Amino acid sequence: MNTIPTFASMDPEAGLKKALGLSRPDIIAEISASGLKGRGGAGFPTAVKWNFAASAKADRKYIICNADEGEPGTFKDRVILQDHADLVFEGMTIAAKAVGAKEGILFLRGEYTYLRPHLEAVLAKRREKKLLGKDVLGANLEFDIRIFMGAGAYICGEETALIECLEGFRGEPRNRPPFPVNTGFLDRPSVVNNVETLAWAACILQQGADWFKSKGTEKSTGIKIFSISGDCKCPGVYEFPMGITVAELLSKVGGENARAVQIGGASGQCIPASEFSRSIAFEDIPTGGSVIVFGPHRDMLDVLHNFLEFFVDESCGQCTPCRLGNRKLLEGVEMLKAGTCSMAYLRELCALGESMQLSSKCGLGQSSPCAFLSVVKNFRDELMGRTTSLTHA
Amino acid sequence: MTLTIDGQEVKVPLGTTILDAARKIGAHIPTLCHHPDLCVAGVCRVCSVEVEGMRTLQAACAFPVSAPIKVKTHTEKVRLARRHIVDLLLSDHYGECYACRRNNNCELQSLAKEHGVDFFRFGHPEKPAHAIDTSSYSVVRDLNKCVLCRRCVRTCIDLQEVGTIEVVGRSDHSHIKPFLDKPLGGVVCINCGQCINRCPTGALHAQDHTDEVWAAIDDPKKHVVIQTAPSPRAAIGESFGLPAGTPLTFELNTALRRAGFDRVFDTNFTADLTILEEGTELLLRLKKALLLREPAAFPQFTSCSPGWVKYLEHFYPEYIPNLSTAKSPQQMFGAVLKTYYAEKHGIDPKDIVTVALMPCSAKKFECNRPEMADSGFKDVDYGLTTRELAKMIRESGINLPDMPKSDFDNPFGTATGSGVIFGATGGVMEAALRTVIELVCGIKVEDLFEHANIKPVRGFEGVRYVELPITAVGPVPDVLKHLFPHWNFLKGATLKVAVAHGTANAKKVMEDIKKGGQFSKCHFIEFMGCPGGCIGGGGQPIPTSPEIRAARAAAIYAEDAAYEIRKSHENPDVALIYKEFLTDGPCGHQSHELLHTHYTPRGKYID
Ligand SMILES: Cc1cc2nc3c(=O)[nH]c(=O)nc-3n(C[C@H](O)[C@H](O)[C@H](O)COP(=O)(O)O)c2cc1C
Ligand code: SF4
Repeated sequence: MNTIPTFASMDPEAGLKKALGLSRPDIIAEISASGLKGRGGAGFPTAVKWNFAASAKADRKYIICNADEGEPGTFKDRVILQDHADLVFEGMTIAAKAVGAKEGILFLRGEYTYLRPHLEAVLAKRREKKLLGKDVLGANLEFDIRIFMGAGAYICGEETALIECLEGFRGEPRNRPPFPVNTGFLDRPSVVNNVETLAWAACILQQGADWFKSKGTEKSTGIKIFSISGDCKCPGVYEFPMGITVAELLSKVGGENARAVQIGGASGQCIPASEFSRSIAFEDIPTGGSVIVFGPHRDMLDVLHNFLEFFVDESCGQCTPCRLGNRKLLEGVEMLKAGTCSMAYLRELCALGESMQLSSKCGLGQSSPCAFLSVVKNFRDELMGRTTSLTHA
Repeated sequence: MTLTIDGQEVKVPLGTTILDAARKIGAHIPTLCHHPDLCVAGVCRVCSVEVEGMRTLQAACAFPVSAPIKVKTHTEKVRLARRHIVDLLLSDHYGECYACRRNNNCELQSLAKEHGVDFFRFGHPEKPAHAIDTSSYSVVRDLNKCVLCRRCVRTCIDLQEVGTIEVVGRSDHSHIKPFLDKPLGGVVCINCGQCINRCPTGALHAQDHTDEVWAAIDDPKKHVVIQTAPSPRAAIGESFGLPAGTPLTFELNTALRRAGFDRVFDTNFTADLTILEEGTELLLRLKKALLLREPAAFPQFTSCSPGWVKYLEHFYPEYIPNLSTAKSPQQMFGAVLKTYYAEKHGIDPKDIVTVALMPCSAKKFECNRPEMADSGFKDVDYGLTTRELAKMIRESGINLPDMPKSDFDNPFGTATGSGVIFGATGGVMEAALRTVIELVCGIKVEDLFEHANIKPVRGFEGVRYVELPITAVGPVPDVLKHLFPHWNFLKGATLKVAVAHGTANAKKVMEDIKKGGQFSKCHFIEFMGCPGGCIGGGGQPIPTSPEIRAARAAAIYAEDAAYEIRKSHENPDVALIYKEFLTDGPCGHQSHELLHTHYTPRGKYID
C-alpha cells in the first residue's frame, strides 16, 4: 500500500520538463504563488529562499537536500526517499535551474545507509535518461547529485551544522547572518531544503501553483506528510492537508483517547486534550511532520525525561544556554519525579527555559525547552502535586 | 550605516558588529568568548542583545550590521538571559576564586560580579571532575575551570596554526583536549602559551616555579642570579596597574635585590653576544656559498624563540640545518654565568642558581632541554614568566612602581639598544643588520638609516621582506680576521632578509620556502613563535590585544633610542668576554662548546 497517494500519482519527469521551458524567475514565481513553505520544520517560504540564492552572485552554487531526519518521531523522509526518490531529485534539479547551481548534494542520515544503493540506482537511471548530467534533456542545464552520508548527529540536520559537516568539520551550527543562501557550502550560496519540500516543488511545477494552493489553509498551503507514532491504533506515514485539527488527525489514526500529543518532535509542543481542536499549520501548531500520541496511562514527566535526555545527548555543546541549560532542565525533571523540586525552583527553571529559547545559538537550544515549558503550562496541576512543599526562595 | 543602540544613533561601516558599534558609543556589552585577536565564535552568548523585530536575542559579537537596526543592550530579557548564562557557567565551574591564580584577573569572576550573582542558582560543583594536566613543561591545564569559550582552541588552530587542542565530545560532555586525549606534554605542542594569554579563567596557566626560586633565595649557600629580558620589563607594570607600555627596567632591579636575588643582570648582554655569534654564523654561511662555492643551508633561521624552534622541529624538521646553532640569549647567559662568571668571581658553579625573567612559557621547556648543560650544569635553572615574577614581588610586599631606580650588576652591566629590541618582532633582525652592515661595509648604519632605526623590519605586518644591496665593503674587523680574509665575496651581493612573527606567519614563510618561492632566496629570516614577538609572549601579563602589544613595543623602541650604545658589536662587555674567555672569537671552538647547540627532529609523532 502506498501511504502517500499524491506523490504516487505524479509523473516524475513532467515537473522538470515544464521547468526547463521556464525562465528562472518564472520557476520561482510559480513556487511563490503556490505558497510552499519549508517542510523541515521552520516553515520558511521556499520561493524566498530560492530567490535569495538565485540573486546571490558567485562562481558556484549548491542545492542541498536535507535528509538527516533526526527529529524524534519523524520518519516520513525515509518513506519519501524509499518510494518517491525521483520526485525529490526532480525537485533538486528544478531548484538548480531556478538558482543556477551545477551541483546537488543529498545529505543522508547515517542510519539510512541501507537506502543508499536504492538512491544511487535512481540517480544512475536519471543520468541515463539525461535527467541529470552535463546537458539535462538538451536544455542547456548542467546538474548532478551526489550523496553524502551523515554520521548520526541530530544537530547535523540544522542547515549550517550540516554544511560544516559537509566541509569535513565538527557538525556545529554557524553564526547567522550570513545565511546559507549567501554563504553556505564552501562559502558559496546554497539552498538547503527538506526532502519533502523538494518533492512538493516538483509536484507544484507539474500540477501548478493553484492545485497546491487549493489544499490547506491560506497561510499554510498544500498537503503535509506526517509521521505518526505512539499510543494510537494505526501509526505510520500519512498525508493530510495543512490545517487539520489535532482531533481530526487522531480520529484518522485511532488515537482518540490520547491525553496529549507531541507535535513537531522533541523540539515541538506538547498539546493537551483540551486543545485538540487546534489546527496543525504554521499559523497555529507548526510541525516538521512528527506527531507522537500519548495515551491516558502516560506520565508526562516520563515523556519529558525522555525528550530532555535526547537534548542533553544531542546538543552540540558550543553555546552555554543549550549545553548546560538542557542538563539543568533534565535534572529538574528528575527532581520532580523524586519529589524534591520546589515550586520556586520550578519557576526558576521555566525562566531558564525562556532564556534558552531567546539566547541559544541555534534552533536546537531555542526549541529544546518548548516541551518542558508546555508540559509545565498544560499539566500544571499535575506537576504542582509533585513539587516539594519546601519552598525555599 | 546608521543603527540605534539604546536610543543613541551610531554610524558605522557596513558589516561592523553590534559589539564594535556599541563600543564606539561607550555602551558596554559583556563578552566572554570574544577576543580581539581571534575570529568570532558566538558561543558563550553573554553578549546577547535585543534587536527590534527579531524573535530571539542576538550575539552582539557575531552580528554584522547591514540594516538600520534598533538594538537594546540591557532590557529585562537581556539581563535575565545573561544572568542565567553566568549562573549556568558557574554551575559547571569548579574552583574558589581565592585559591585561583586568576583571582582578580578573571573574566568569569568579573561577569559574576557585573551580573549581581549572589548565590549559585543552578548549583556549584563540589568536587573536581578532571585531573589537572601538569605533564607539559610549560602549560598546565585545569579543565575544572574551563568555560568552553574555545579561545584557546581558536588561538591554537587559527592564530598559531599549531592545532594541538580541539573540542571533543558533544553537549556537556564536550571538552578541550589534546590529540587523542593525551597529556599535553606528550603531543605536538610548542609551549608558546598563547592559549594561556587568552584564557578568560584559570583553566590554563603556566607551570609555576616560584617556590623553587624562593627556596634557592632562602638557601644561604646558593648564589641566586637573575637575568631580565627587555620585554617583561616593558610589560610587568601592567601587573601593578600601570598602563601597557610603561617600562620598569630599573625599578625592577631594585625590587629584585630587595626580594633577595644576589645579582641582577641584563639579558641584553647575551642578546648582543647572540648577534655576534649568529651574525658570524651567517657570514660564514655566506663565505661558504659565495667564496668557497660549497653548499650552505640558506636561509639561516634565528633560533632565539623556543616556541618557534620547537615548531620547526615538529613541522619542518628537514629544515633543522637552517636553524642558527646559536643558543638563545637566555641559555647563553646561563652558560656564561656558570663558567666565565663563576671563574671570575670564584664561585662554585654548583652553588649558582640561574633564574631568567622571560616573557615566555616556552623558555621553561627550553631550559630543561637536556642538551642545554654544556658547562656540566644546567645553563638556566628556572625560567620565570613575567606573571610569576610579579607574584614574587607582590609576595615580598613591594609595590614595583614605587621602587627607586638602580642599575644592573657588573660584569655585564653595559647594554646596547640592539639587545633591547630583541623583545619586539623584527628586533633581532634589526640588531643583526646594524652589526653586519657596520662590520662588513665599514660604514655607519646611520649612513643608511636615520638614527640607526631600520624601520623596514619594524611593525606588526605578519611577514616582512627587505633587501639590502651591499655596494661597498670595508676592512675585516679584528675579531673576525681569523675567519675571513676579506669581504670581497660580498661586494655587489644583495642581502635578502625577512621577518615573521606568530607561527601562522612562520608557516606561510616555510611553505613558500618549500615551494621555492621568494623566501627561499632569503639569506636570513627572523622567526618569533608569538604574535608581536616576545612582547606578546605566553608569559606576559594578561590580557593581551594588538593595542597592548603595540604599546609594549613602543616602550621597547623608546628604550633603544635612549641607549648610548645602540649596536651589539660596540658593547664593551662583549668585547671583553671575547678577550678574556672566548678567546678564539665568535663561532670559535669555545663559543661552540658553550654558546651553540643542536636540535631534535621531532616530527609529528607523539609519545
Ligand atoms: C536541531 C535542528 C535539527 C534539524 N533537523 C532537520 C532535519 O533533520 N531535516 C530537515 O529537513 N531540517 C532540519 N532542520 C531544519 C533545517 O535547519 C532547515 O531549516 C531545513 O532543512 C530547511 O529546509 P526547508 O525550508 O525545506 O524546511 C533542523 C533544524 C534544527 C535547528
Ligand atoms: S543551541 Fe545547542 S545545538 Fe545549537 S549551537 Fe547552541 S549548543 Fe549547539
